[in-house]
Amino acid sequence: MQSIIHFGGIDYLIVAVYFVFVLGIGWKLKGAMKGSGDFLTSGRSIPAWVAALAFLSANLGAQEVIGMAASGAKYGMMTSHFYWVGAIPAMVFLGVFMMPFYYGSKARSVPEYLKLRFDEKTRGFNAFSFAVMTMFSSGISMYAMAKLMGLLLGWSFGSSIAISALIVLVYIFLGGLTSAIYNEVLQFFMIVFGFAPLVFLGLKDVGGWSGLMEKLRGVSTSQGFAPGAWGEAWSHMGSPSQNPLGVEWFGMVMGLGFVLSFGYWCTDFLVVQRALAAKTMTAARRTPLIASIPKMLIPFLVILPGMIAIALTHQASKGGAGGFVLPSKNGTYDYDLVIPYMLGHYFPTGMLGLGMTALMASFMSGMAGNVTAFNTVWTYDIYQAYIAKDKPDSHYLLVGRWTTVVGILLSIAAAYLAAAYNNIMDVLQLVFAFVNAPLFATFLLGMFWKRATGHGAFWGLVIGTAAAAVHHGLTIPHGALPGLKGGWLGAVQHVYPSEMAQNFWTAIWAWTSCFVATIAISLATPSQKTDAQLRGLVWSLTPHEDKGEVGTPFWKRVAPFGVLVLLLTVVLNIIFW
Amino acid sequence: MKLDIRYPIGFLFLTVGAILVVYGLASGPEIYAERSLGLNVNLWWGLALVAFGALMAGLAKRSASRGGGDS
Repeated sequence: MQSIIHFGGIDYLIVAVYFVFVLGIGWKLKGAMKGSGDFLTSGRSIPAWVAALAFLSANLGAQEVIGMAASGAKYGMMTSHFYWVGAIPAMVFLGVFMMPFYYGSKARSVPEYLKLRFDEKTRGFNAFSFAVMTMFSSGISMYAMAKLMGLLLGWSFGSSIAISALIVLVYIFLGGLTSAIYNEVLQFFMIVFGFAPLVFLGLKDVGGWSGLMEKLRGVSTSQGFAPGAWGEAWSHMGSPSQNPLGVEWFGMVMGLGFVLSFGYWCTDFLVVQRALAAKTMTAARRTPLIASIPKMLIPFLVILPGMIAIALTHQASKGGAGGFVLPSKNGTYDYDLVIPYMLGHYFPTGMLGLGMTALMASFMSGMAGNVTAFNTVWTYDIYQAYIAKDKPDSHYLLVGRWTTVVGILLSIAAAYLAAAYNNIMDVLQLVFAFVNAPLFATFLLGMFWKRATGHGAFWGLVIGTAAAAVHHGLTIPHGALPGLKGGWLGAVQHVYPSEMAQNFWTAIWAWTSCFVATIAISLATPSQKTDAQLRGLVWSLTPHEDKGEVGTPFWKRVAPFGVLVLLLTVVLNIIFW
Repeated sequence: MKLDIRYPIGFLFLTVGAILVVYGLASGPEIYAERSLGLNVNLWWGLALVAFGALMAGLAKRSASRGGGDS
């Protein structure tokens, strides 16, 4: 295949300008790094709107952008469930109910909260699995970028890795978490401004919204579904066989909406860290709520291009005028190329530079987010907790700084590992999914049930993780061979209609096992903490008045804001029903 | 805050927008006629970015002259 994109001098100029600004921000912040808190937690000084955009951006990495566009093409409008059922309610829950404990406990990280609420072993379990996970995620981000840049621009694998690693290293080493957060805000605007014209041109090409819907009816019927399957979010969720996702509404709402989304948005330190950097409790609680407003609209930026691409591909393959055909791979369309292919198709030199910069920026902020989260967890939850306890703060600043270098080197190693053994990465991602699935049950019980004990939490997590693995090992998606996709324990007990359905149900099993096991073991073991120790960590023992909210008008407070966000989300779901 | 993030955002988009506007004016329709459905997207989107950049830098400047407090 010919390289998809022809990059001109102007395009390189725009990329270069962007990187000058990225490095400049790190340089400007260099002097502000006075203690380990400045470097690892931004000294809790970030305004709510900046924290909110960083919160959003930390998740809007390139894999998310590319993956959502691919899902838009593969599953159509139902992909919006990842946002309007999954992310938004979880973000509201985090802001309204959980942030008071995270921020109020003065914990510097999610594992540290677990230590305060439960015990050392629960923290250790979470800190170690999280640290390993961030390094591999960062490496996978690096690997995916190098592969894509090779395919699109003909850059060599090694030089893509070297450039991205060097830039991320320099700006985090200089400015720490603050630098990463500021650059995430920059990247958010790059993505919006880089992709909005793409959606505009694509929609114009496909004949507007009505043209898109009409062509998607053709896509749906050609694959044996009802005409509305690609254009409607809810109408075909009665049974798994009616929709391309292969999931019925219950599995989707429970698995994706409840377990996976709440688990990710409420307990993943990568995103929670952004809110913890906010300057006051009120700002921290507003962070996910402010972020949820643009989050509602992101589907139009990332899912719509996929829907447009499949509509135009269908039109062209039917011999219709106009349109284009997505590149194929192994006999199906290569859905991951939706965004890059459309950039190359619609953008002339100039805009192409902007679009590609947006893509590179999101790869790099994906790495940076992981590296900054790793820095904090390594320095506070592993190094300070187990290796060198009572050192002066300047020592931990130094450790945090140099951990950046180690983190980048480990990411590079992971990227090369991914390049050499693709399967290892798939196995690891599967294992991480098992570890993550039950986490939200632990937090829910920890924050809302004061009787939950450290032994209950720890063994609940272990049992939940094991339940995820066993469920995955005993089930298989339709048409797959036993192995990475499931069924590796032999005797397959259940065949799911799709991989998605299997994922959702694995999560549901893991969550439920962890929930039940934590309760049972907690009741069987004595409480290790007194009520006084749990003050500020558990709902029933914490005063509910947010001092920052006294005197603010009703409609500016966190809870009513959350209700408003949820109502808007319901409206979106109804419009695209 | 040590650095008002709206300054770098503003100047970045002013610079990138200006590059696109100049290139959009200097280049002919052969660049965009077929690809971008006849729209000189460099020129128009460049102008939009310049406007956004100016707005951000302006907001930062206004809050700095009011004594540095932001949101």
